[in-house]
Amino acid sequence: MILSGWGRYPRADCMVHRPRDTHDLSASLARAEGSVIARGNGRAYGDSALNRACTIDMRGFDRILAFDPRAGQVVAEAGVLLADIIRVFLPRGWFPAVTPGTKFVTVGGAIASDVHGKNHHKEGSFGAFLDWLDVLCPDGVVRRASARQESELFAWTVGGMGLTGVIVRAAFRLRPVESGWMRQLTLPAPSLSKAMELFEQAGDATYSVAWIDCLASGSAEGRSLVMLGEHAELDNLRGKERQDRWAERSRRERSVPIDFPALLLNRWSVSAFNRLYYANGRRRAGETLVDYDSYFYPLDAVLEWNRIYGRKGFAQFQCVLPLEASEKGLGALLTEIRRSGQGSFLAVLKRMGAQQSRFSFPMEGYTLALDFPFRSSTPKLFAELERIAVDHGGRFYLAKDSQLTPELLRQSDPRTQPFTAMREAGGAAARFQSLQSERLAL
Amino acid sequence: MSKSVLVIGARSDIGRATAHAFASQGYMVQLAARKAETLADDARDLEIRHRVDVTLHELDALDLSSHEAFVEGLPVLPDVAICAVGAMGDQKLSETSWQDMASVLRSNFEGPASLFAVLANRMVARGSGTLIGISSVAGVRGRATNYVYGSAKAGFSAYLSGLRNRLARDKTGVHVVTVLPGFVDTQMTRGMDLPARLTAQPVEVGKAIVEAVRKGRNVVYVRPIWQGIMLVIRHIPEFLFKKLSL
Repeated sequence: MILSGWGRYPRADCMVHRPRDTHDLSASLARAEGSVIARGNGRAYGDSALNRACTIDMRGFDRILAFDPRAGQVVAEAGVLLADIIRVFLPRGWFPAVTPGTKFVTVGGAIASDVHGKNHHKEGSFGAFLDWLDVLCPDGVVRRASARQESELFAWTVGGMGLTGVIVRAAFRLRPVESGWMRQLTLPAPSLSKAMELFEQAGDATYSVAWIDCLASGSAEGRSLVMLGEHAELDNLRGKERQDRWAERSRRERSVPIDFPALLLNRWSVSAFNRLYYANGRRRAGETLVDYDSYFYPLDAVLEWNRIYGRKGFAQFQCVLPLEASEKGLGALLTEIRRSGQGSFLAVLKRMGAQQSRFSFPMEGYTLALDFPFRSSTPKLFAELERIAVDHGGRFYLAKDSQLTPELLRQSDPRTQPFTAMREAGGAAARFQSLQSERLAL
Repeated sequence: MSKSVLVIGARSDIGRATAHAFASQGYMVQLAARKAETLADDARDLEIRHRVDVTLHELDALDLSSHEAFVEGLPVLPDVAICAVGAMGDQKLSETSWQDMASVLRSNFEGPASLFAVLANRMVARGSGTLIGISSVAGVRGRATNYVYGSAKAGFSAYLSGLRNRLARDKTGVHVVTVLPGFVDTQMTRGMDLPARLTAQPVEVGKAIVEAVRKGRNVVYVRPIWQGIMLVIRHIPEFLFKKLSL
């Protein structure tokens, strides 16, 4: 079966197994002669969840097993989508404590990538709300791991890209909310330094993120719309919002019906879009009430939006730079992107908070994420951007990556060596591999 | 009191999806299958998602003599009963092994027919109920590639049609629905190269069934396109049909 990540690059012909319970799963693992990798809903952009010999589709593990309304703790199998969690628990007053920009990720995928959201600066990544998980280890045994028991396994599995074993089920906490609505405050920032200043002042905001115009030049370089958000309380709701407290009225899902010709995306169309988008944001600056779906998942409403990049797919670049080097590093990245004439309208800037973890992506500083339609010049551009990020002490998000080299990964992240040593020692290196782990010699 | 649904063959993908579809409408759920205790996680999932009561019931659809006791043992005679029992078998094997052929015929026809006989009589005595049989488009016309499975489903479809006729004619208040799902992306069809446009997800089947019960439909194709396809297949003259590879 031809599979790819969300970026539709690269593609590979993979043998797929779809177990429905631990019995099937153990059988799949026992039958596989070489290595295997678990796959969730295919939202990692690159080659993280591809293994030609055996890719284990975990979407058959789709059961919610327990809910403790005092602690807000859910126990769910690895293939349950965050969308399911929201559908079931939002009307009861609960929302995921951490959510990435799509609700179509599985619980297992969220843990393996240790995903972050717009609240990372304040509350950390998905792993910060994880109480325990069950992992099928290289020896075929399912172990329960938490901060107290099997703590090494726990620490490496969170953010471990599925390379420590197969995550089977997990217990994690939700946050209590009073409604499905968000109070959003949009602040235009005419330059990069102004955007960063706004982020630094907004440390108390629960959510913060910025859309950044990666093609604007001169004094407008790095102009952004900084968007802050809070869960609306019942008292904030009036009229139709109050009647629809959990924002359940169904929004029509649209789908991109065809692959767009890649020519549609060029420096002129993107820069025209960006100009309009910024002007529009500036006009609408101020506080608005929006439903959680539009706030957290604007792109989920357009199913298969990845097809706008054409048949060759796209690659996403996401790095994080340490705080002290952020302004200089971001400036250098933006200059290089503008010089390349590539770049897209989906460019996101976000302040991240401090995080201590074994192999997860986030660190205190600024993260920049943007998409590039895949062209022959893309690898070269990525190499340039990666070089700039490494020179400024940055590192890369493996859930987005399809381009990195083993050398650059090791230069950017000294945690790589202990990670591979752990894999060798525990037998995971031989048993769990993805095209990404092979490419990066993990 | 809330309504209840019995799902026979609750481990199958269609059975699971149908259980969710009815639970989301507030139905209490009875899950029946072999080794029913292994469905405990599915029962918890239904309870948490839909806040309904779920019970598990041991059932061997092929053990006809146990069917009266099985229905007797249910906490309540359900308002709706769905039979999603069935096995594709291996056509090649069924051509040479009588054991294999018999098992395909029995699990797709004899077992479901026997269960519906018991349920129908009790529902008639009560004066209400709906029986939903998951049959197959493979039963519309026998084809070289799966005629053992197809003939069992043809038998089941004819059974459902006759039962529906009997229960309607006698004004019993019991209704029978025949579901012809077409291709469905399930465990049973995994690995087969199915055209996406013709292939339904189990969730679609579940929703279509709930809708069919609500509207009192008789025969349901999950994706409408199958109705057209089957119309054509039914009308190909036999002298041509016998030479085709479909």
